[in-house]
Amino acid sequence: MERQTGTERVKRGLAEMLRGGVIMDVVTPEQAKIAEDAGAVAVMALERVPADIRRDGGVARMSDPAMIEGIKAAVTVPVMAKARIGHFAEAQVLEALGVDYVDESEVLTPADDAHHIDKWAFTVPFVCGATNLGEALRRISEGAAMIRSKGEAGSGNIVEAVRHLRMILGDIRKITQADSAEVYNWAKELRAPVSLVQELHDTGHLPVPLFCAGGIATPADASLVMQLGAEAVFVGSGIFKSEDPAVRAKAIVEATAHFRDPHIVAKVSRGLGEAMKGQEIAELEVKLAERGW
Amino acid sequence: MKVGVLALQGDVSEHAQTLSDLGADPVEVRTPEAFGAVDALILPGGESTTMSMLLDSSDLFEPIMDRLADGMPAFGTCAGMILLAKVVLDGRTDQRSFGVLDIAVRRNAFGRQVDSFESDLDVDGLGQVHAVFIRAPYVERVGDDVEVLARVDDHPVLCRQGHVLAAAFHPELSGDLRLHELFLREVS
Repeated sequence: MERQTGTERVKRGLAEMLRGGVIMDVVTPEQAKIAEDAGAVAVMALERVPADIRRDGGVARMSDPAMIEGIKAAVTVPVMAKARIGHFAEAQVLEALGVDYVDESEVLTPADDAHHIDKWAFTVPFVCGATNLGEALRRISEGAAMIRSKGEAGSGNIVEAVRHLRMILGDIRKITQADSAEVYNWAKELRAPVSLVQELHDTGHLPVPLFCAGGIATPADASLVMQLGAEAVFVGSGIFKSEDPAVRAKAIVEATAHFRDPHIVAKVSRGLGEAMKGQEIAELEVKLAERGW
Repeated sequence: MKVGVLALQGDVSEHAQTLSDLGADPVEVRTPEAFGAVDALILPGGESTTMSMLLDSSDLFEPIMDRLADGMPAFGTCAGMILLAKVVLDGRTDQRSFGVLDIAVRRNAFGRQVDSFESDLDVDGLGQVHAVFIRAPYVERVGDDVEVLARVDDHPVLCRQGHVLAAAFHPELSGDLRLHELFLREVS
């Protein structure tokens, strides 16, 4: 029997398996264990969580392969890792390391100010961030197998994630009502391929799963974005910048699974200790979500 | 006929859609109340460690265990196969499974995501089925009462024991309805 690896279906398939789950940022094998113990469906291996990248400044790059290998060895769930926007050589290294998903991420300093990675050229699947539907469709046309709304990473503030999800899903709802002439105009306005806009019009959803990232700090935040239409959540600084990461991580996992049941969200939200402090978006010096083209 | 899909995590909607396409009535199961109303249960693909934890915290493990012991039909794909297995290899030490299928299954046996693949598979009684394997397990040992319906490189990937059916791959992703149809025949 001939085996085909790296096909569209196989790449999107792993994203589909992660639905309803929580993907957690971790910087050490110990944190990866805490994440897996709490029920994470996958971990994102990186050197610094976004809140620290924001605080430290400087150029943020792909993590040390030794660190990624340490995290791979510590857990049985999928391991993701970040490459800089446009930095296909970093992505090649991550593929060679056997990571399960590459995040071409605005959290790292972009390596190319015009081009994203040609993701069709890889066997490993990619997730990319988007602030609006046009950005999401451009990333899908480049081969992304999963989209995450960007939010504002490291802010501890959910407002941008909500804005981006509403932008993406609101426009999808409008496109399903568009007539044939309007479909062409939508493609022009969104700077996206007509074929993808037509597919949205016909199916009412993106051809790849839509997850949410950037600013989730509490179980209720997770419930909010899932109710708005996200299919799973990424939690970065929100867990390991809080007072009791293990307890908060498990609570966010349970709230994501039971996002429509406020009684369960209430139950798991009790006594979690301090959440990460968070920041007003207007006070941020750098808006990571603005990176990407 | 109400067929539950365990909806704590994973590719729930693909199973629900496949069931609807076959005229069954899918019910998402997240609570003991919802589970009480179903005649059979599908355990979807996803992360078995996450589902194992959520089965406990959602008070679903014991009720499902009791109904499986009473002969409730069940169909597990990938993580679902792991949840039904008697022995889980390369699992977490605290990972629980229902143990109603007498197999030893190895998690992520085909490798990591870069090794995930799709392939045509010869299935006993059905002929060729297109199968999608995502960080898939395979079966290393089967008990005497287990029927092996398909293999990859001599490793069993589709098994049946009584009313319990389990696949290491994802028929719900390939749009082939025949395995769900086979399962629904067990239910009725």
